[in-house]
Amino acid sequence: MASKTYAGKTVEVTDEGYFVNSSDWTVEMAHEIAKEEGLSLTDKHVAVLNFIRDKHAKGEVLTIRAIGKSGIVDIKGFYELFPGSPLKLASKIAGIPKPSSCV
Amino acid sequence: MKKIIILGGGTAGTIMANKLRKALERNEWKITVIDKHRTHYYQPGFLFIPFGIYNRQDVVKPKMDFIPAGVEVLFTDVDCIHADNSELVLTDGTIMKYDILIIATGAQTRPDQIPGLTEKLWYKKIYDFYTIEGALALREFLKKWEGGNLIINIADMPYKCPVAPLEFAFLADEYFTKIGIRKKVNIKYVTPLSGAFTKPRATRMLSDLLVEKNIEIIPDFYLERVDNDKQTIVSYDGREIPFDLLTIVPVNMGDEVIARSGMGDDLNYVPTDKHTLQSKNFENVFVIGDASDIPTSKAGSVAHFSAEILFENLMSYIEGRPMLAKFDGHANCYIETGFGKGSLIDFNYDTEPLPGTFPLPGIGPFGLLKNTKTNHYGKIMFRWIYWHILLKGKEMPIEPLMTMAGKCKKC
Ligand SMILES: Cc1cc2nc3c(=O)[nH]c(=O)nc-3n(C[C@H](O)[C@H](O)[C@H](O)COP(=O)(O)OP(=O)(O)OC[C@H]3O[C@@H](n4cnc5c(N)ncnc54)[C@H](O)[C@@H]3O)c2cc1C
Repeated sequence: MASKTYAGKTVEVTDEGYFVNSSDWTVEMAHEIAKEEGLSLTDKHVAVLNFIRDKHAKGEVLTIRAIGKSGIVDIKGFYELFPGSPLKLASKIAGIPKPSSCV
Repeated sequence: MKKIIILGGGTAGTIMANKLRKALERNEWKITVIDKHRTHYYQPGFLFIPFGIYNRQDVVKPKMDFIPAGVEVLFTDVDCIHADNSELVLTDGTIMKYDILIIATGAQTRPDQIPGLTEKLWYKKIYDFYTIEGALALREFLKKWEGGNLIINIADMPYKCPVAPLEFAFLADEYFTKIGIRKKVNIKYVTPLSGAFTKPRATRMLSDLLVEKNIEIIPDFYLERVDNDKQTIVSYDGREIPFDLLTIVPVNMGDEVIARSGMGDDLNYVPTDKHTLQSKNFENVFVIGDASDIPTSKAGSVAHFSAEILFENLMSYIEGRPMLAKFDGHANCYIETGFGKGSLIDFNYDTEPLPGTFPLPGIGPFGLLKNTKTNHYGKIMFRWIYWHILLKGKEMPIEPLMTMAGKCKKC
């Protein structure tokens, strides 16, 4: 475990930088985490982050396909917003645990 | 008379029918199994068909052979489940009422979900081995193939038996070696995961095996479409990989009846309490096997272990007691690694696969995360166990909840 300071608040994160308590998260913090990842957040990014936080809060398993059906972005758009491994990157910036899709 | 309907008579539904019929009074409880197909497939056997190790007869038997006397069986599709009214409507319009519904409709491959997959190269140069049709067609293709780029791809998560495509890669390596064309076959394992598997220790062990067998792994590849003219697979971030033979695990989804009934998530899996196996939305609906959304492997071993838990909980539910049995996500998978060897992983919701030994009275111990001949026999024996013990819901010398005995955290 480690800790990090975003938007003036110190939070607990895992060794890989994922929030330990997703309730610590605010949009202001998201902007700073994104900056560390070399991204600058648009409204579209934030809409996606809220969508996945909402799914996470309901205990649903996140998949890229589900985000493609969210009505906010299609899968291609999701890759453009969060390049590389979009689900991992978006989860990190959204302050939720690292996705463990393979079970 | 009270009624239990089991929707789906595959691995999980058949086990439940056997357990419940034995426990419930026949003059109190009527049990009905509904399935749209008469044939029971031993799906783990599909993996061996393309390489001529098993043939059709090895993996099919009539469903009726495994359903106990005193259980009504209807072979029909279901139009809709009206869970609010505790009833379902069959395709011919018949309405069936139930006191308890057990959903065991499994997961199916959906090649239609990937653009270009089922066009002109489908079953010409593109095959799946997750269906009997695909496995048999691939067998015929491989008899004549002279080599080239073999791409093994997984379209999306989650899919049944997460180790099956790896086993396919290992068996392909062995097969092409034995028929003398391994040098002409370039095997690539293309996966949406960041490695061979996501659980760290199993990934390490399996990646080493891939390297040892000269199988290239291409991670983080999320399939968008198949280009039939260029003969390539294309990812959402624009990478393209050419193939001469594409063997693919298409998107897996729950049955359409779940979607039609408005009871599923976006992949048609039913939201289910991961400990009690009760549906999250309907108190008298329970879900078992691949049809549920619980975060563990979609595997026959999970169906088997969770059946014991569901059985206990149903007994409590029927008698109006609290449901105390809690499923831990226990999964146990033999991994065929080629050349007569195999590995074994055993894990649950909280514990990743660990090295060590797996005790099994009378037969084992098997080596966990090790590559041994005994593990290979475990896999081969599993078919016999499946037909003769597992489906009939008989006791097995293995506990439903995972045990730490023999496992080693620091190895
Ligand atoms: C290639 C391959 C290899 C595998 N290897 C292994 C392995 O090594 N170890 C392991 O543990 N597991 C393995 N599995 C997974 C295992 O086979 C499944 O997890 C298991 O069969 C799931 O059981 P189930 O009862 O949930 O679904 P199924 O056994 O698929 O049964 C579902 C049933 O529901 C019926 N049905 C569906 N919809 C309807 C409807 N609308 N109306 C009526 N009936 C319906 C279907 O006809 C079917 O009979 C493998 C699977 C595959 C494909």
